[in-house]
Amino acid sequence: MYKVYFEDVKVGDEIPSFVKQTDFMHWNRYAAVNDEFVYIHMDDEAGKNGGNAQGAFGMGNLRWAYLQNMLREWAGDEAELKEMSAQWRAINQKHDILTTTGKITEKKTENGENLVRLEINVMNQDGKGTAPGYAVIALPSRK
Amino acid sequence: MTDAAAAPTTLITQALKDSLNVWSEPQVSHPVDHSDLRKWAIAVYWPDVPPKLFWDEAYARTTKYKGIIAPREFNPFAWPAIRPADRAPKPAKRAVGERSMNGGQTETYGVHIRPGDVITSRTAVVKMEERVGKLGLTLYKSTEVRWTNQKGEFVRSRVSISIIY
Repeated sequence: MYKVYFEDVKVGDEIPSFVKQTDFMHWNRYAAVNDEFVYIHMDDEAGKNGGNAQGAFGMGNLRWAYLQNMLREWAGDEAELKEMSAQWRAINQKHDILTTTGKITEKKTENGENLVRLEINVMNQDGKGTAPGYAVIALPSRK
Repeated sequence: MTDAAAAPTTLITQALKDSLNVWSEPQVSHPVDHSDLRKWAIAVYWPDVPPKLFWDEAYARTTKYKGIIAPREFNPFAWPAIRPADRAPKPAKRAVGERSMNGGQTETYGVHIRPGDVITSRTAVVKMEERVGKLGLTLYKSTEVRWTNQKGEFVRSRVSISIIY
């Protein structure tokens, strides 16, 4: 289902966030599907030995999924994500409230596709950006 | 010998140089199953109900995809029968060149993964760059993982940056 059309968005628009408070209930489920049973995500001592004083911490790939969820919820099932990038700048600590953000920075038509580029991030409850990056999505046209 | 004298002057070994742009042997996934996609979607939306496109065939048939597809971030290579070696916790103190961080990743997408698909993966180191920064001597190693499906169609490329220091 299309939710957003190319003609209806403009540079500077902010899209709705995807919000999750994460802990072992989320990380263990993700570990189970992604086969990602890594000690630093499961055991506080291992997390501390890995350099995180607060213990075990969340997977970057799960935050990656949250960013994709945000884009999907905004653009609809049938909009096409073409490209996405993120850097891991801060750790996802246990019980963090993660809020994804997205802001349109560019609109262009290229090779017949109506593309929007967004600046994206995953903010924690302290307002710190943990995963800055960008996404490019092809949106449908009303024409 | 002092620590300074023992510190390496480069982290780019000959083996690493030799591996640049050399693609690995293909790794082939098991066929993607409907339940793989449903469980994945549940995990990344937990505790919310995930989008029907990933688990409800009747709904998915009404979309332009005409059937269930995988979330773009889905990993069809999870749970191989032959296991890699256990990843034991690493010691807190490690030497220069043994410490690493995941610097981030960029993905580009082609066709969608669908139930029944068999995905082939190849990997190569595609870029390496060394500089001295706040972590000391640091190597930025970019590795690309490229997926195609059973028809040879491009599915996904992921370029990940490892920060080694």
